[in-house]
Amino acid sequence: MMSPAFHHPLWLCTLLCLLSIPEQANTEELSLKEIATGVYVHQGVHQLPNQHNRGEIANIGFIIGERCIAVIDSGGSPEQGLALKQQIGKLSQKPICYVINTHVHPDHIYGNIAFKAPGVSFVGHHKLAQAMALRAPYYQEKDNGELGFSLSPENFVPPDRPVRDPLELDLGGRSLRLTAHPTAHTDNDLSIFDTETETLWLGDLLFMGHVPVVDGSLNGWLSEIEKLRKIDAQRVVPGHGPVVAAWPLALMGEENYLKHLQTEIRAAIKAGKTIEQAMDEIGQSMRPDWQLFDDFHKRNIATAFAELEWEDE
Amino acid sequence: MKTPATAPGILMIVVGFLLASPTLRAEGEDETAWNTNLKQKFFSDRTIEEDQQTLEITAPYRAEDPALVPLQITSKFPQTTDHYIKNITVIIDNNPVPFSASFDFTPESGKADIATRMRFNAYTHVRAIAETNDGKLHMAKAFVKASGGCSAPIGTDLEAAKARMGKMKFKVDGEKATLGQPNPVQLLISHPNITGMQMDQISRMVQPAHYVTDVKVSFEGKPVMTAKTDIAISADPNFRFYFTPEKAGELKAEIRDNLGNQYTTTQAISP
Repeated sequence: MMSPAFHHPLWLCTLLCLLSIPEQANTEELSLKEIATGVYVHQGVHQLPNQHNRGEIANIGFIIGERCIAVIDSGGSPEQGLALKQQIGKLSQKPICYVINTHVHPDHIYGNIAFKAPGVSFVGHHKLAQAMALRAPYYQEKDNGELGFSLSPENFVPPDRPVRDPLELDLGGRSLRLTAHPTAHTDNDLSIFDTETETLWLGDLLFMGHVPVVDGSLNGWLSEIEKLRKIDAQRVVPGHGPVVAAWPLALMGEENYLKHLQTEIRAAIKAGKTIEQAMDEIGQSMRPDWQLFDDFHKRNIATAFAELEWEDE
Repeated sequence: MKTPATAPGILMIVVGFLLASPTLRAEGEDETAWNTNLKQKFFSDRTIEEDQQTLEITAPYRAEDPALVPLQITSKFPQTTDHYIKNITVIIDNNPVPFSASFDFTPESGKADIATRMRFNAYTHVRAIAETNDGKLHMAKAFVKASGGCSAPIGTDLEAAKARMGKMKFKVDGEKATLGQPNPVQLLISHPNITGMQMDQISRMVQPAHYVTDVKVSFEGKPVMTAKTDIAISADPNFRFYFTPEKAGELKAEIRDNLGNQYTTTQAISP
């Protein structure tokens, strides 16, 4: 005779529930680390976006004030945005008042749709809306289906609060200083400084571990790094890398990489080398220092070469 | 610090496998479009030899940036008045506009070599068809894996690009030209070369096509390289070619775009 336990409804229910979980559903809670009082970061992974990771590859998080909460980058999929929202709800009763996007890349904005609600303001660089408009058709064509979810125009939620001059956002006794940068990683980079903990949140202005990706201006990025270094911060949150890093030490790897590109490409151009030669010869010595190097390095050279060949001798 | 070779390495293989499997892309490797349509359209019934003696085409098998693919066409013999390549036409089979460019050369070109950067919209063959002065046609081809080059968003600093539109410069290898021999030269043109396939989702309007259509390079008034170009040429068109100066003189570039804008630049050449 079978054990009565086998027929127990709870046991059966559990079994059925386990069996019915779709392979790709995100059943895990979004992991978070409180890196400073009220500053929470989820660490991304150093991978190309694909169906397995659903494009959820960037560092994202939020800051809690006395009155309300600011989300910084919403994630690489609508599901991740929802997971972030749910975790926030578990940690605090306060409403979300701002969703700040550091820049236009999909791994930082596809979660926006999960946060749309009355009272939520989307904040970004004054060039972000245009960047979304220009890239949306291309991203839809490229990413649709490839990340395990479908994309439509509603996945591109532009800021209703564009930032041009430095902007102070008050979360209630807690002020965030937002800076819109001239073209660096992209042409719409926005950084956030939490005055309370002196935490600098840089988005993809800072890469650690993951090779930096030039999608704006190499010279502009190096110029911004020089300015950023002067900011008196206690710690920094990179767009890709550990959830928190020492400042300004964290800049070192990225600056070395970009400076190497700049120096070597300028030398190649001066020596009359072609773009093909530059792509073949430059920077391979740095390969052990970075992940996803083979996916982005040569493209970085091409982009930077096309920029630098216009420099006057 | 060395990258650990285990988990990330395996991940890369998995990711690479997923990326390599063609899903929405055309397979591209079959030459149906060329054989049934394009060849007839551009060259009617003329015979085209695929030999190794006339020209060679070099393109990356897997493009790093589909909107900026370096392409190099190298001729196999020097230009002489008896035997020279008078035209090279570049066709990209699976691009929305397969005609990419047509380059005219003369004996004064020295070498009928041409290098540039092009946009590739899908996995495809790219072909360079050379016509020699005896009227014969020869073809070299390469296969390129890329996608989305024509619809890729316009390069970031569109404002800056438009501000310096039409600015051009010549780069000549070395300080001085060598008379009586082919000298390499590069022409850089600042122009966004908008394909007309890039949509702006806010206004829902396709950014109207605005691209360079004609490039005429001459030395002391005699043609060196004359090109008809289309949307497949990357933003900020860049051409590397040769010219043979017999004496000091002036190198001149005159360009036109589809909206009728014309720009000129000159460069003094001396030995």
